[in-house]
Amino acid sequence: MNLSSNTSTSGLDLAPPSVIDLEHETVRGLNAKMHGLSHGTNHGCWRILNPRGRHAIVAGLDAPVMVDIAGNVGYYCAGMNKQAHVVVHGNAGVGVAENMMSGFVHVKGDASQAAGATAHGGTLIIDGNATARCGISMKGIDIIVKGSIGHMSAFMGQAGTLTVLGDAGEALGDSIYEAHLYVRGTVTSLGADCVIKALRDKHKAELFEKLKAAGVDGQVDISDFKRYGSARTLYHFHIDNASNY
Amino acid sequence: MTNSSDIPRTPPRKSATFDDYTLAEIRRAAATGIYDIRGGGAKRRVPHFDDLLFLGASISRYPLEGYRERCGTDVVLGARFATKPIHLKIPITIAGMSFGSLSGNAKEALGRGASAMGTSTTTGDGGMTPEERGHSQTLVYQYLPSRYGMNPDDLRRADAIEIVIGQGAKPGGGGMLLGQKISPRVAKMRTLPEGIDQRSACRHPDWTGPDDLEIKIEELREITDWEKPIYVKVGAARPYYDTALAVKSGADVVVLDGMQGGTAATQEVFIENVGLPILSAIRPAVQALQDLGLHRKVQLIVSGGIRNGADVAKALALGADAVSIGTAALVALGDNNPVFESDYAALGTTAGAYDDWQEGRDPAGITTQDPALTQRLDPVAAGRRLANYLAVLTLEAQTIARACGKSHVHNLEPEDLVALTIEAAAMARVPLAGTEWIPGFNGKI
Ligand SMILES: Cc1cc2nc3c(=O)[nH]c(=O)nc-3n(C[C@H](O)[C@H](O)[C@H](O)COP(=O)(O)O)c2cc1C
Repeated sequence: MNLSSNTSTSGLDLAPPSVIDLEHETVRGLNAKMHGLSHGTNHGCWRILNPRGRHAIVAGLDAPVMVDIAGNVGYYCAGMNKQAHVVVHGNAGVGVAENMMSGFVHVKGDASQAAGATAHGGTLIIDGNATARCGISMKGIDIIVKGSIGHMSAFMGQAGTLTVLGDAGEALGDSIYEAHLYVRGTVTSLGADCVIKALRDKHKAELFEKLKAAGVDGQVDISDFKRYGSARTLYHFHIDNASNY
Repeated sequence: MTNSSDIPRTPPRKSATFDDYTLAEIRRAAATGIYDIRGGGAKRRVPHFDDLLFLGASISRYPLEGYRERCGTDVVLGARFATKPIHLKIPITIAGMSFGSLSGNAKEALGRGASAMGTSTTTGDGGMTPEERGHSQTLVYQYLPSRYGMNPDDLRRADAIEIVIGQGAKPGGGGMLLGQKISPRVAKMRTLPEGIDQRSACRHPDWTGPDDLEIKIEELREITDWEKPIYVKVGAARPYYDTALAVKSGADVVVLDGMQGGTAATQEVFIENVGLPILSAIRPAVQALQDLGLHRKVQLIVSGGIRNGADVAKALALGADAVSIGTAALVALGDNNPVFESDYAALGTTAGAYDDWQEGRDPAGITTQDPALTQRLDPVAAGRRLANYLAVLTLEAQTIARACGKSHVHNLEPEDLVALTIEAAAMARVPLAGTEWIPGFNGKI
């Protein structure tokens, strides 16, 4: 499948981006510069060259900036992001956009484990596949994966949505709380207390909104998705659930 | 013929193995089908600081004059990598205890007491409240597997960050907060439905192992611009390797919590049967720091059953830079106070034994979210009590240090100590009193 969505900053009609080349600048230097931007003002576009899998690139942003990263990033890219719009033109390592609070992160390639882990808000789009623990402990983020996701995804998912256009691996939504999971393809197995649920109109509306955010509304049929969520049988300690503890 | 009434009778004899408590627990388990959950630390006796003694001064060691000759107590934490290390006036910190497990008033009282004495408090598994930030001059922000309420603003508001790998009461166990304590405010802070029995994860969601931890620490430093000291807290299990790996991963400070350490709510079986007594964990941790050439450069904070200034002095003499207290701080606030005896009796317990902190019905208003009970704790008066208690711990530790001729509590050393039991001698690596014998060490220390 090759669903396209253009969220890159390069197509937008903005002033030319400030370029930071990680060949010549350290990640510390880059992040210090980005953290120095005052909150609440538009600081335009940034283009980061030669990321070469370095870790913690643009972690801790808190300004409404546009950041294009030209290549692959390591662990925790855009970790704890607030406000910023980050596009990774490559693959992302472990924990991309982990604990994001707001803003938007778009990975054009594949993402490693724990994509969007524990994030409280914002939107994470992954054009390729995400592997294990995608959306683990999610707390309000919207994650849209155009490919497939690995095992233990949305483990203990508390809030937010995880939308997957491909398949999901083993133990999807294990010990899930109130996160909403939408999967278009097959699910290898469901984790403890995660069940298939009816896709009602309000869920279809929610799903449509997420697909739209990823720019793929109209390209996939909403009724192809199944909804998964918590059976809420583990919300209270009870002898009959002992095998699940 | 002997009359049967003439045969001497042996009195009824209870089993040492199946004692009354054990029998009652079997019946409780059979009736409910669920393990016992409680608060507090290990209640069994384990080798502890009581098993050590200081030698004091003698002809070859002269003491310092009490009150007149200075005996320093300050400590700097986190100067290894952080540009803004923590300066504390006393080497006793308040351990991480969450708002949720504790009432808002209790958190406020901890902040007031600690700040009055120039030391730090720590958040817990549930995020940072404005009240505790407001009342704590120095606040350590815990980074736990659950990541409840975790956000970059609080991270930057904190004075230090403590990555929690484990705690002494339950090395390898996740957090627990039962429904009675998941009030609307607690639920909102943790993004959980109200009133559920919360079980948190025991492993961090986005890293595993020391190589990942190093990258995680780098990320947290990047987010906070390398200002904040980063602590790594472990339950005492494999202290030599855990300390070495925490240091290798880039920690500024290692926090080591022994099995006596308190908890807000954990399975009894876990509290009593997993982890090491703190006495046995300090020397291996110090050894790891020494082997890396980083003793006193990476600070070691130890906890688990610290009660008085002698415990503080002994922990420091074994090589720790500071200690941390949980249970004792709660007792200073008013936990298990006999003035509430009738309330404890109504709960089927007695002052001094009350440990159902998970139920949220604490008569002292500390381990509860019930507004009426919370009102019982005056945060100003309780904060004053904590400050007094911290002052006593400090004075006691100084008294001992001066008696050993030390101008700073950090100058206390293993050479100042002997052990009363063979176990304690082996664990603390100090000689059995009156001998030169350190069991298990074949002379190589
Ligand atoms: C009520 C209570 C809540 C606690 N909550 C946490 C927590 O959230 N995170 C943590 O790392 N340790 C927690 N602990 C453990 C303490 O941080 C500390 O390790 C322990 O209390 C030290 O031992 P002590 O109680 O014997 O002084 C808690 C302890 C208590 C008593």
